Amino acid sequence: MEELSALFHGFSVVLTPFNLMLMFVGIVLGVIIGVLPGLGGANGIAILLPLTFSMSPTSAIIMLSCIYWGALFGGAITSILFNIPGEPWSVATTFDGYPMAQQGRAGEALTGAFTSSFVGALVAVIMFTFIAPAVAAFALQFGPAEFFAVYLLTFCSFVGTGKGNPFKIIASMMLGFAMAAVGIDIVTGQLRLTFGFTQLLHGFHFLVAVIGLFGIGEILLSMEEGLSFSGQTAKINTKIVLETWAKLPRYWMTSIRSCLVGCWMGIIPGGATPASFMSYGVARQMSRDGAKFGTGQLEGVVAPETAAHAAGTSALLPMLTLGIPGSPTAAVLLGGLLIWGLQPGPLLFVEQKDFVWGLIASMYLGNIAGLIVVITMVPFFAAILRIPFSIIAPVIVVICSFGAFTVHNSMFDVWLMAVFGIVGYVFKKLDYPLAPMVLALVLGDAAESSFRQAMLISQGDLSIMWSNWLVGGITTLALLLLFWPLFQAGMARIKAGLAEGGGR
Amino acid sequence: MEERNESNRALARVVTIDMVVALIVFALGALVVYESYQLGSSWGSDGPQAGYFPFYIGLLICISGTMVFVQSLLRLRSDAKVFVERAQLKQVMIVLIPTVAYVLSVQLIGIYVSAMVFIGLFMRFVGKYRGLRSAIVGVTVSVIAFALFEIWFKIPLPKGPVESLLGY
Repeated sequence: MEELSALFHGFSVVLTPFNLMLMFVGIVLGVIIGVLPGLGGANGIAILLPLTFSMSPTSAIIMLSCIYWGALFGGAITSILFNIPGEPWSVATTFDGYPMAQQGRAGEALTGAFTSSFVGALVAVIMFTFIAPAVAAFALQFGPAEFFAVYLLTFCSFVGTGKGNPFKIIASMMLGFAMAAVGIDIVTGQLRLTFGFTQLLHGFHFLVAVIGLFGIGEILLSMEEGLSFSGQTAKINTKIVLETWAKLPRYWMTSIRSCLVGCWMGIIPGGATPASFMSYGVARQMSRDGAKFGTGQLEGVVAPETAAHAAGTSALLPMLTLGIPGSPTAAVLLGGLLIWGLQPGPLLFVEQKDFVWGLIASMYLGNIAGLIVVITMVPFFAAILRIPFSIIAPVIVVICSFGAFTVHNSMFDVWLMAVFGIVGYVFKKLDYPLAPMVLALVLGDAAESSFRQAMLISQGDLSIMWSNWLVGGITTLALLLLFWPLFQAGMARIKAGLAEGGGR
Repeated sequence: MEERNESNRALARVVTIDMVVALIVFALGALVVYESYQLGSSWGSDGPQAGYFPFYIGLLICISGTMVFVQSLLRLRSDAKVFVERAQLKQVMIVLIPTVAYVLSVQLIGIYVSAMVFIGLFMRFVGKYRGLRSAIVGVTVSVIAFALFEIWFKIPLPKGPVESLLGY
């Protein structure tokens, strides 16, 4: 097995004391980020990115991906103990996790959540190890038209799988593309959309947008809700952990189902959040105790956590192999790769073997490290949550401003961050999704250049998007997804027409 | 604004804000379309011009802005969902205004002193902590950040007179 030998080479790259230390630091930072309101995986990594510029890319990605794992684990803590989902994908964990904590079974719920997160991630990483090289090898044959079709698929699937108003999704996405176009046009060298402002020469950097939208915006939202944390306390000791582990094998079917849902949903964008809800819903329907879901069933914690973590892990697959991130956090990691001078995409697997396999190996080790860290340090992380918001809020604003400034060493970016914060707050309240905007901002230039190259090849003829079965298939699928809401609305209207008179 | 029929504490309805934002979105889209048109949004001698791609992006922004506006217009009478209440807005402003003031002061006197003062004052006046405790947290965060960025990672951040007094 070629992959296995490559993987073991990866382990040899990762297993240095310095990298192992970074791994633990990353996990702890990640959990803290996942626990604190206003700091999530995406903007936490965005803020810490500049600190890694002096490291080697492999060490840097190990630390950053461990922050990501940590954030995934951290979301469960707040959901279970405080009934506050620290991350969107842990909303489904609150349904059964918080009732369990109220019944004094917080330790059991947490152990169950962490262990199933670990299982989900492990399955996804194993899948990753064997599928990613194949996907990358396949994608080596892609031309500009194929790449643009994949970009199209990525963005259309936001519309197709998103729950909100499709026009708001499109508006948010297109604003992202427009912001990506600001600055010097890479092909013609002309200035675009700068309107004479020299500050706009470099365009909008997505890290600044992420920090503002997710960081400052989230702080404003949390403040509006007047968050006061009143949570359950958790006691975790070896006995509880072992007892829970003895119970978990009973839910093996749920685990397998959730892993499948998670892996699948993670690869297509949209990712962890819908995966966790979907997996919870499926588990409730399929389980014998389905009716008791919501009252504190361990199975109801296992299902969403497994899926969320599996999805979070597999979101990195399209990012590495195609250069197309499946989530905002993956997008930030992709931005990091670009800054370190690595071009994500199929060639990465050929040219940067050490880096790729080091990253994959660190996924295995990082999740083991993560499981150990979270199980042993739960009380410490829960204590962080009890720090009052009037201390947390200004400190996070300050941290965000450091992050925004260090992106370009520009004061203008700090102002932009504040503006993006307000935009994030308003957009969140009006249900404009933020993820498509961030992804469009990251991928805008790449999508545009692949489109222009494709158009150059075909001399402006759009039929190149159907010139062979591969590109045609992807394009058709993308368009189907794009018009899916329309189809659904049509069906709903027909149904409503049949059930006339019900009247709301 | 039309909050006559609602509880007097509601400042705006979702529908109203939705329409305002949709108009802004539309205006931004129109701006992109205009600028792309100026740049040349068609086929040049050597291929697509600079405005070729953004032109359609701008068009899509305009279309989706219009659609959201129309959708909200249709719900204008029926939808009474509240966007923000007075008390909520006050809470938001309590963070927003100091944040903007902080950013301004970063520009004027550097990031470290601003951070220290911002955290200290916020804790003192919003969190109602005692002066000493607020000062300790503010100074600690600022000193840690200074050690991390200026000394350890050697990433320069905006500094002002106080830092130069200390020799940086």
